[in-house]
Amino acid sequence: MRRLVRQRLFWPIAALLTLIVVNTIARPSFISVTVRDGQLYGPLLDILRNSAPLMLVALGMTIVIATRGIDLSVGAIMAVSGAVALTIIAGSPSPDDLGTVLVAILAGIAVALVLGLWNGFLVAVVGIQPIIATLVLMLAGRGVALLITGGFITTINSEPYRFLAQGYVFGLPLALYVSLVAIAIVAVVERRTALGVLTESVGINPEASRLAGVRSRGIVWGAYAASGLLAGLAGILYSSNISAADANAAGLYIELDAILAVVLGGTSLMGGKFSIAGTVVGVFTIQTLKSTITFLGVPPAVSPLFLAIIVVIVVLIQSPRLRGGISRLATSSRAPKTPEVVR
Amino acid sequence: MTGLTVAGETRAASAVGSVRRFTSRRVTWIPVLAAVTILLLLLVGAQLYFGNFFTPRVLSSLLLDNAYLLILAVGMTFVILTGGIDLSVGAVMAFTGMLGASLLRDGLPTAVVIPVMLAIGAGMGLAVGVLVHYFDVQPFIASLAAMFAARGLAFMVSLSSIKVEDPAILWLQSTRLQVAPGSWYITPTGILALLVVLVGALVLHFTRFGRTIYAIGGSEQSARLMGLPVVRTKILAYVVSGVCAGLAGVVFTAYTGASYPLNGIGTELDTIAAVVIGGTLLTGGSGFVVGSMIGVFVYGTIKTVISFLGAEQSWTRISIGALLLVFVVVQRIIVARSAAQRR
Repeated sequence: MRRLVRQRLFWPIAALLTLIVVNTIARPSFISVTVRDGQLYGPLLDILRNSAPLMLVALGMTIVIATRGIDLSVGAIMAVSGAVALTIIAGSPSPDDLGTVLVAILAGIAVALVLGLWNGFLVAVVGIQPIIATLVLMLAGRGVALLITGGFITTINSEPYRFLAQGYVFGLPLALYVSLVAIAIVAVVERRTALGVLTESVGINPEASRLAGVRSRGIVWGAYAASGLLAGLAGILYSSNISAADANAAGLYIELDAILAVVLGGTSLMGGKFSIAGTVVGVFTIQTLKSTITFLGVPPAVSPLFLAIIVVIVVLIQSPRLRGGISRLATSSRAPKTPEVVR
Repeated sequence: MTGLTVAGETRAASAVGSVRRFTSRRVTWIPVLAAVTILLLLLVGAQLYFGNFFTPRVLSSLLLDNAYLLILAVGMTFVILTGGIDLSVGAVMAFTGMLGASLLRDGLPTAVVIPVMLAIGAGMGLAVGVLVHYFDVQPFIASLAAMFAARGLAFMVSLSSIKVEDPAILWLQSTRLQVAPGSWYITPTGILALLVVLVGALVLHFTRFGRTIYAIGGSEQSARLMGLPVVRTKILAYVVSGVCAGLAGVVFTAYTGASYPLNGIGTELDTIAAVVIGGTLLTGGSGFVVGSMIGVFVYGTIKTVISFLGAEQSWTRISIGALLLVFVVVQRIIVARSAAQRR
């Protein structure tokens, strides 16, 4: 039991399971899955489908946080990539043409990648603090997106584009596949190559890893580029879901949700060791929490308060001082003066 | 920036020694001077372009329209000087405004409501400070939780806007103290904001608390070893920011004549941007309240220029982002240079 509790993923998974159980007790239909026309429907599937943009953003955020950074601009990048893609589709004579849609998606993602490279340049080459370097784009990005859409909410009517977020393949939502593929690629690249270890070493001690011959500049730069790319894809999914590019609402506060998901998953904001599985669990927890809040009939406007309470609880659990205090209490009551390494 | 280097060169020609002494001793004033230069360039450029920018009406409204931001920026300066950050200011401002408006609607006297608003702000600041200090939560996350909480609480007070009819609050805004009709004027809110700047500057420079803030920002470790009250001072800095947010709530309510739970979204970013443009280093330990005031005026001038141009307001955020970038890069160069000198 003790070993189980010590597992890094124990608390995140426990939180997620608790949420699911509470939901199921409150409304048994929560875990029901119905099959219609060979396609699966149900609250759980909605959570899986709706969590796709957050999943993509949080994956990128995990890598950035592992390098001891933070990326505040993901929401703005989402707005820009959605605006670019939809402006291309809206401007083309044949919005239903698959080629047009592909060009639009690639253009949106390419712009997002450029923005990510820009963030990486500021952090890795110029040496600006990550919070501020990405704050620049967070401030300016939404303005750029508004300029692209001309200050309006661009709406389109494109079946292939809509399919991206709402379509079903083999009975499961396409968006789910997108997030699964993203998880797989990030996991393989970070965990089956040395890149993950190098990223962690840069996050733990940038100076020492540079002296040890790790090319930290490229790794940090790459992390921001990956975050931008994934945020771009998330922006495409988001705009496809509502068939509109809303420069003000797209990805609003998603950076905060993503950071929260990463922290919930047990990755420390101090950089270093990161857990992709933890982030995945964290994303599902947040998405389930949101659907719970909606289900409980809490006005969505008040939901930030619930999120705040969750954040405080989570950071307090992670706080070394609180843990140290508790374990000291536990050890002093049993065996006094046992030196214990508290992580 | 070019103006600055040119000025530096001419002075260098006349007295190399004094310049070197100035740049080494007063290195922290250089970003402030840069901000003043930018402000003057903006004002002169706007006057040359529009011809009617330098009127008492436009310049007076600069202070009137940005009084709340000025108050927030003073509080934020305290926090940033300790090396922290406070993301909750906009939401706390909205919450205190909502609460104040609803209490006034219920018939409570103004003399009770305003102290309550300030106390609520102080309480939020205290909570952030305690989380940051006692539980080693990163300022970013702790103030993020406070931001969520305050925003949720603001919505719990009321989902729609509350009109304020209290004569005392409206007096703050509607009274125009001026010598002659149509000339310079100042409102009580403007006086309040300037008073906050004055008090902030005096506290930072002439009290033990203020000097300790600089010491902590310079090096927390050293400050602790010197026996300075690090804990108390750090927490108090967040309380100062909270009180300022509460006061900004009063001023903003007076400014709009109503409270709306969505007030002040993104204001925390504007505030941080203004403080950074005003020459305060985000790493802490270096910066001035007066600089933050200049930063707020730069922000206000850009906003006014853009509305004069009739351009979209999205350009405000883009130009602020670009300006922020320029200043951060300049600061980065200054820091790198002074670090190299020390070696």
